[in-house]
Amino acid sequence: MSLALAVALPFLAALLLFALPNRARNLTATVAGAATLLTLALLAVNLPAVLAGQVVSIDWAWLPFAGADFGFRADGLALVFALLVAAIGALVILYARYYLAVEDPIARFYAFFLTFMGAMLGLVLAGNLLLLAVFWELTSLASFLLIGYWQHRADARQGARMALLVTGAGGLCLLGGVLLLGSMAGSFDLDVVLASGAQIRAHPAYLPMLVLVLLGAFTKSAQFPLHFWLPHAMAAPTPVSAYLHSATMVKAGVFLLARLHPAIAGTDAWFYLVTGTGLATLLVGAWTAVWQHDLKGLLAWSTISHLGLITLLLGLDTPLASVAAVFHILNHATFKASLFMAAGIIDHECGTRDMRRINGLWKYMPVTTVLAIVAAAAMAGVPLLNGFLSKEMFFAETLQISSHPFMRLAVPIIATLAAGFSVAYSVRFIHDVFWNGKPHDLPRNPHEPPFWMMVPAGLLALLCLLVGVLPSTTVGALLAVAAGPVVGGPLPEYSLAIWHGLNLPLLMSALALAAGAAFYFSLQRIDRLHEHVHLPRGAKEVFDALLGAVLGGARFFTLKVVNGHLHRYLTFAVLATFVAVGLPWLGRGGFVPDVDAALPAPLAIVLWLLGCSGALGALVWHRQRFVATLFVGLTGLVVSLVFALLSAPDVALTQLLVEVASVLLAMLSLHFLPKLSPPEPGFARRAADAAIAGITGCGIGALAYAVLVRPPDASIAPWFLANAIPGAAGQNAVNVIIVDFRGLDTLGEVAVLGIAALLVALLLAQVTGAQAPSRRTADGGGGGDDSGAPATGDPRPLMLETVGPVLLPLAAVLAIWFFIRGHNDPGGGFIGGLTLALGMLVPFIGRGIDWVESRVRLQLQRWIGVGLAFATLSGIASFVVGHPFLTSHYFEGELPLLGKSSLASAMFFDLGVFVAVAGATLLALTTIGRMERR
Amino acid sequence: MNALTLIDQLPVLPIVIPLLVGALLVALGHHAAAAPLGFASLLLVLGCAAALGVQTAGGTVISYLAGNWQAPFGIALAVDRLAALMLLVTALIAIACQLAAADGLLQRHPRFPALLQFQVAGLNGAFLTADLFNLFVFFEVLLIASYALLMVTSGREAVRAGVHYVVINLFSSALFLLAAALLYGVLGTLNMADLSLRVAAVAPQDRALVEAAGLMLLVAFGIKAAALPLGFWLPATYGAAAAPVAALFAVMTKVGLYAIARVGTLLFGAGGYASVSGPVLLVVGLATLAFAAIGGLAARDLRTLAAWMICGSAGTLLMLVGVGTHASLGAALFYLPHATFAAAALMLVAGLLASARGTALADRFEAGPRPAGATLLGTLFVVCGLASAGLPPFSGFVAKAILLDSVIDSPAAVAIWIVVLGASLAWVVALSRGGSLVFWKSAAAPEGAPLDEAQPAAFQPGELHEAEPRPGAVSAIVLLAAAGVAIVLFAAPLARHFARAGAQLQSPSDYREAVLGRMPVSGTAPAGVAP
Amino acid sequence: MALLYASGIGLLTAAGIWLMLRTRSFDAVLGLTLLSYAVNLFVFAMGRLHVAAAPLLRDPSLEPALANYADPLPQALVLTAIVISFGMTAVLLALAVRSRIDSGDDHVDGDAP
Repeated sequence: MSLALAVALPFLAALLLFALPNRARNLTATVAGAATLLTLALLAVNLPAVLAGQVVSIDWAWLPFAGADFGFRADGLALVFALLVAAIGALVILYARYYLAVEDPIARFYAFFLTFMGAMLGLVLAGNLLLLAVFWELTSLASFLLIGYWQHRADARQGARMALLVTGAGGLCLLGGVLLLGSMAGSFDLDVVLASGAQIRAHPAYLPMLVLVLLGAFTKSAQFPLHFWLPHAMAAPTPVSAYLHSATMVKAGVFLLARLHPAIAGTDAWFYLVTGTGLATLLVGAWTAVWQHDLKGLLAWSTISHLGLITLLLGLDTPLASVAAVFHILNHATFKASLFMAAGIIDHECGTRDMRRINGLWKYMPVTTVLAIVAAAAMAGVPLLNGFLSKEMFFAETLQISSHPFMRLAVPIIATLAAGFSVAYSVRFIHDVFWNGKPHDLPRNPHEPPFWMMVPAGLLALLCLLVGVLPSTTVGALLAVAAGPVVGGPLPEYSLAIWHGLNLPLLMSALALAAGAAFYFSLQRIDRLHEHVHLPRGAKEVFDALLGAVLGGARFFTLKVVNGHLHRYLTFAVLATFVAVGLPWLGRGGFVPDVDAALPAPLAIVLWLLGCSGALGALVWHRQRFVATLFVGLTGLVVSLVFALLSAPDVALTQLLVEVASVLLAMLSLHFLPKLSPPEPGFARRAADAAIAGITGCGIGALAYAVLVRPPDASIAPWFLANAIPGAAGQNAVNVIIVDFRGLDTLGEVAVLGIAALLVALLLAQVTGAQAPSRRTADGGGGGDDSGAPATGDPRPLMLETVGPVLLPLAAVLAIWFFIRGHNDPGGGFIGGLTLALGMLVPFIGRGIDWVESRVRLQLQRWIGVGLAFATLSGIASFVVGHPFLTSHYFEGELPLLGKSSLASAMFFDLGVFVAVAGATLLALTTIGRMERR
Repeated sequence: MNALTLIDQLPVLPIVIPLLVGALLVALGHHAAAAPLGFASLLLVLGCAAALGVQTAGGTVISYLAGNWQAPFGIALAVDRLAALMLLVTALIAIACQLAAADGLLQRHPRFPALLQFQVAGLNGAFLTADLFNLFVFFEVLLIASYALLMVTSGREAVRAGVHYVVINLFSSALFLLAAALLYGVLGTLNMADLSLRVAAVAPQDRALVEAAGLMLLVAFGIKAAALPLGFWLPATYGAAAAPVAALFAVMTKVGLYAIARVGTLLFGAGGYASVSGPVLLVVGLATLAFAAIGGLAARDLRTLAAWMICGSAGTLLMLVGVGTHASLGAALFYLPHATFAAAALMLVAGLLASARGTALADRFEAGPRPAGATLLGTLFVVCGLASAGLPPFSGFVAKAILLDSVIDSPAAVAIWIVVLGASLAWVVALSRGGSLVFWKSAAAPEGAPLDEAQPAAFQPGELHEAEPRPGAVSAIVLLAAAGVAIVLFAAPLARHFARAGAQLQSPSDYREAVLGRMPVSGTAPAGVAP
Repeated sequence: MALLYASGIGLLTAAGIWLMLRTRSFDAVLGLTLLSYAVNLFVFAMGRLHVAAAPLLRDPSLEPALANYADPLPQALVLTAIVISFGMTAVLLALAVRSRIDSGDDHVDGDAP
C-alpha cells in the first residue's frame, strides 16, 4: 500500500500546487519538499523487507490482459532506484527554491516537477509492463512541460518538442515491444516475465521485440545516434537538468535494460546491439564534451557518455558487469547532479555559462569551487571517490570479454580512450572555470550563492566522498539488493575495496588520468581551445530538416489529394460503385440473360423514346438551364406515365404532383442563378465523365434486367395483399402499407420533408431577412441584403392572376377528397397534402406572396411541427391499450356525405402527414417565391 | 403475447421521444422553453439507453414490432449489446453538444434544439431498426438533420462545404436505395434478420446479385464512414460546422461503421464483409488511418486536426472490422466510444480556443496574444489532445493497447502496428507543434540569448485575467473527459463486455430469433395471417 | 419489355451521373433528379412489371396474390423515395441559390478552379 501512496502522493501534491498562488516561493517549496520527504519515508518503510530479500507488491484488477493489473512492485532494484529518485528530488526542490527568479511562476514549476517525480516513481515501481509503459510516456510528457518551462524562449520550446518527439516515439516503440514481450511470456506481470527468460529468448519474435524495447531504452537514455535531443534539453532551468537529465529520466532507459535483463539479455543480438551502442555513445559523448564552451553543454555530453558506459556494461551481461552498471548508475547520479547544481550556481551568480568568459572564479566562490572539484574528480574517476570504484569495475569487466575477438580488443582500448577524454573535460570544468586567468565581461559580479543553495550540492559531494572512501559500509548492502534482480541469480563474488592491488584496471585508470590531463592542458596551451567553435550539431540539423520535410510533404500531399473539388470526390464514389457492381461477377463469368419473350408494346417504345430523349435533351442543352429543366420535366412526366401504365396509380399521381412542384421550385430558383452554365473547359474531362457515367449506368441497368427476368420467388408481398383488408381495413394495399404496415417509414419520411423545408427557410431566411412570414406587409422590404441576386422578376402570367382565387378552394376540396379516399383508392395524406400545397401556390404566383399574406396569417413552419407531432402522437396513442407504437385501430361505420366507409385510426396518422406535407411543400415553395418578390 | 407495459415500449422510445419533442419545438416556434425541453428529452433518451444497456447486458436481444405487425412484414426494431452501446454514446454526445451550444448557439439560432432532437431521433432509429429500408429512411432523417445543423450557423464556408456534403450523400443515398431494392428483388424481403436467413439459402446463380447489393451498401456506408477514398468531404465539412455541431458529428461517421458491421455480419455471416470483399476493409481502413495521420500533420488549425483524427478513428474501426475476429471486434467496440468522446471533446476545445482568441486567430496554430484563460484552455487542450492521440494516461492509450494486442495474431499485424503507432506519433507531433505555438509562443517575449537563461521570465500567468471561457462548453468537455476516465478505470469489465458484444455481433442467430420469433400483441388489432 | 425498361434505367442513371459531375450546382440538381428517376424505376422494377393489376383490392372474389395484383411493397417504397428526394432537391436548390448569393457564383466548389 505504501508503494501506491508513494506514487500517488506526488501527483496529488502537484494538483494542490496548481491551486496555490503562483509566486509563493516559500509556501510552494515547503509543500513540494514535504510531499517529497513523505514519499521518501513511504518508500523507506519497505526497505527492511526488501533488504531481507522479499519483493513487496500490491495489485488492483485493471486491464483485460493476463497480469496487466494496476499494481506496484518493489524489489531491490526498483526500491533503490525509487529512493534515489525521491532523495535527489528533495534536494533539487530545495535548490530550485533559490535558483528560480522571482518572476518565474514557481508553483507551476513544482507542480510539473512533482508530476514528473510521480511518473518516474511509477515507472520504476510498476508491477507490470503495460503500467511501466504508461508511466514511461508520462515521464516524456512531464519532461516536455519542464523543458519548455521558460515558454518565452524559442530554444526552450524547440528543445521541449524535440525531446518529446524523440522520447515519445521511443515510448511508442516500447509499447509495441512490451506488448510483444507480454504475449511471449503469456503475461505482463513482471514476476512472470522475469521468470520466463528462456522461453522469450527462444521465441521467433524475439528479435523484433528486442529491437523495439531497445529503441525505447536508447531514445530515453540518449544513446548514439538518438542522443541529439539531450543537449537541446539543456534549455530547461538547471534544476530540471540536474534532476531529469542526469539523475533520473535519462536513467529510465538503462533502468529498463537492467529491469528486463534477466528476461531478454544473454543473446548475441543483445550483446552486439547494446554493447555496440554503448561503446559508440561512450566515445562520441566524451569526445564532444571536451569541446563544449557551455558549462551545461559539457555536462550534458558527459552525461551521454556515462550513459553509454552503463549501457555498455549491461550489454556485456556478465554478472559482475551488471553489478558495476548498477553501481555506476548510483554514482553518476550523485556526482552529476551535484555538478549540475554547481553549474547552476555559477550561471546564477555570473549570468552566463560560457567558459570562455568565466575564469578564475575560486577567488569569488571558494566553497563552490571545493564542491565542484570533489564532484568533478568523482566524474573523472579519481581514487577515493565513488566514480573511481565503478570505473575500476568497468575496466575490469571490459577485460573479461571472451568469445568475440574484435570486441575483446576494441572495448578495453576505447574504454580507456573515453576515460581519458572524460578526465580531460573534468579537468577543464575545474581549471577553465575556477582558474585559467580572470573573468571578463560577466553580466554580474560573481560571489558565493545563498547558503541553502549550496547545501544540496554539498551533500551530494559529501556522498561521493563517503562512498569513495568506505564503499562497503555505505552502499554495500543497497548495491547488493539492487544488483540482485539484474543478475537474476546468485550475486558473483566482488569486493568494493579501494585497493585491489596493482592490476591492469588500475593501470588503465592511471593512464586515463595522466593522458586526459595532458590532453586538456595541451589543448588549452597549444591548441587555443577557446577559439574552437566545434559544436557537432549534425544530428540536430538532420532532425530538423527531416521534420520540416515531413511536415511540408504532408501539407503538399494533403492539398493535392483533398483539393476541395466535388468533381474528384464524386468520381471516386462513382468508380467505387462500378467496382461494387462488377466485382461479384468476376470468376462467375457474368449472368446469362434469359430472353424475355414479351415483345414491348408500341406504346412502351414511344414512352421509352420520349423519356430517353428528355434525358438526352437535358444532357445536350444542359447549359441552357430553362430548356434543360423542361427536358428533365418531360422525363419526369414520362416516368409517372410509366408508373400509371404499370399499375401503380398512387406512385404515378405522387410522381406527377412532385414533378410539378420540383419544376416550379427549379424555375423559381433560376431567378437567382445564372440562366446559362458557363462553358466548361476540357473536352477530355467531359468524355472521361461520360465514360464513367456510361459504364456505371450499364451496370445498374444490367442489375435491373437481371432481376426483371427472374421469377419473383417467396416474396413477402402476398402477405400485404392478403392482410390489407382483414388486417388494416384498406383496399388500397399501397396506402395501407404506407400508413399502417410500414408507418414508421412514413413518419421518418415526413420528418425528412419537414426538416428539408425548415432548412430551405433557414438558408434563405437570412437572405430575405424574413423569419416569420406573418410579420411582413405588402411590398415590404425593398433592397435588402441579397447581394448578387439579379432581380429579374419576370411578368406573372395573366391567366393565373385571374384563375387563382377560383382554383384555390377547388384545390382544397380536391385535396381533402384525395385524403379521405386514400385508404381505399389512390390518394392519401401525401397526395392530398401536395395537392393542397400546389393549389394554394397558384394564388401565390398569381398575386404574389404578400397579397396572400396580407389576408391570411400563414404559420407554415408551425404546420410542419403540428402535423409531425400529430402523426407521432397518433402512434403513441396505442401505448394506452398496451400496443406497440403506431398500432392502428379501426371501425366500420356510416360517415355523412361519404357513405359507408371503414375509418382506421391510421387516418389520424395520415392526417398528420397531410398537414405536415402541405406545410412543408408550401413553405419550401413560398420561401423561394418570396425572394423573387423582392 | 399480451399487452405491453411501458418497459416493453423502451426500444421505441429513443426514437419517439426526440421525434415528438422536436416536432413540438417546431410547432412552438421560437419559445423560451425550447432549450430546456430539448435537454430534458435528451436526458430521458439517455435514461432509456441506459435501461436498454442493462437489459441487453446479459446477452438477450430485445425486439419490438412497430405497428404490431409481425416481422418480416412490418418494421421490427432490435436492441442488442452493440445497439445499446451506440444509443448510449449518441445520447452522451448529444447532451454534451447541447451543453456546449448553451454558450450562444442556442440564443443565436432558435431552431437548434429542435434540429438536435431530429438528429438524435435519426441516429437512434438507424441503430435500432432491423429493417433495411427503414434503415435507409432513418439515414435520411439523420442526414437532413445534419445538413440543417451544419448550416444552422450558415456561414459562407458552411454553405460551400454543405454543397459537397449534400451532393455526396445524395449519391450515397441513391446507392443505398438501389442496393436495398435489389436485395428485395432477389430475396423478396427487407427485414434484415429475414434477409440473413434467405441469403444463407440463396440460389447459386443469384449469389452474385446479392453480393453486388452488399458491396453497393458497403460503398454507401463507406461514404458515411469517411473511408478512403470516399471521405474527402469530411475535413472541410467538420471544419466548417460550429464547434458543438462538429462535436456531435464525431458520432456520424460511426453510423456508417455500425451499418457496415451490422449489415455485414447479418448478410455474410461471422466474417462480415471480410468474407465477400476479402481484405478490402482492412486495407481501406489502414489507408484511411495513414492518410488521416498525414492530414493531421498538414493541419493548420485545431479543428481540422480534430477532423482528421475523426477520419483516423473511422479508419481504425474499419481496419478492426476488417480483421473480423472476436478479439478485433471487441477492441473496435472498446475503441469506438473512446474515440468518439475524445474527438468530440477536442472539437469543443477548438471552439473554446476560437472564441477566446477571436476570429482573427481563431484556433489556428499561430502565435498571438495570449488567449484569455490560457491555463484552463491549455489543460483541456493537453488532456483531450493526449486522449485523442492515444497517449497515457487517458482512454486512448488503453484502447490502443487493447487494439494492438487484439490483432497480434493477424497476418497483417506488422502493418497494423506500424500504421497505428505511426499515426499516434504523427498526431503527437501535430499537437505539440500547435500547442507550443498557441499556448507558449503566444506568451513569448523577445527571445533570450540561448546561453543566458537566468534572465527574468517574460509573462506571469497568475496575473492574467482568467476570462471564464464558456461554462457550457467547459462542462461539456468535462462530461466527455469523465466518460473517458471511466473507460480507463473500468477497462477490464468494459473490455470483457465489448468482447461479448463483438461475439454477439458475429453470431446473428440470436438476433434472427429475437426479431422473427417475436409475436404481435394479441387483442383488438388483428395479427396478420401468414401467406 | 424488360430489356426496354432496364436500358431506360441505365440511360437515365448515366445521364444523371454525368450531369452530377458538372461543376455547377444547378446541373447537379438536374443530374440528381434524373438519377432519382432511375432509382425509383429501379426500386419499382424489383416488384416486377405488371400491367392492369393495380393493388386495389376491390374484388373480394379475386385471390389476393401476385398473380392478380402488382406487388404493392415496391410501390410504397417508391412513394417514400419520391417524397424524400423531393425534399432533398428543394434543399439542394436552396443551397445553390444561397451559395450563389454568398459568392456570386454557382460553382459547386464555391469558385471556379
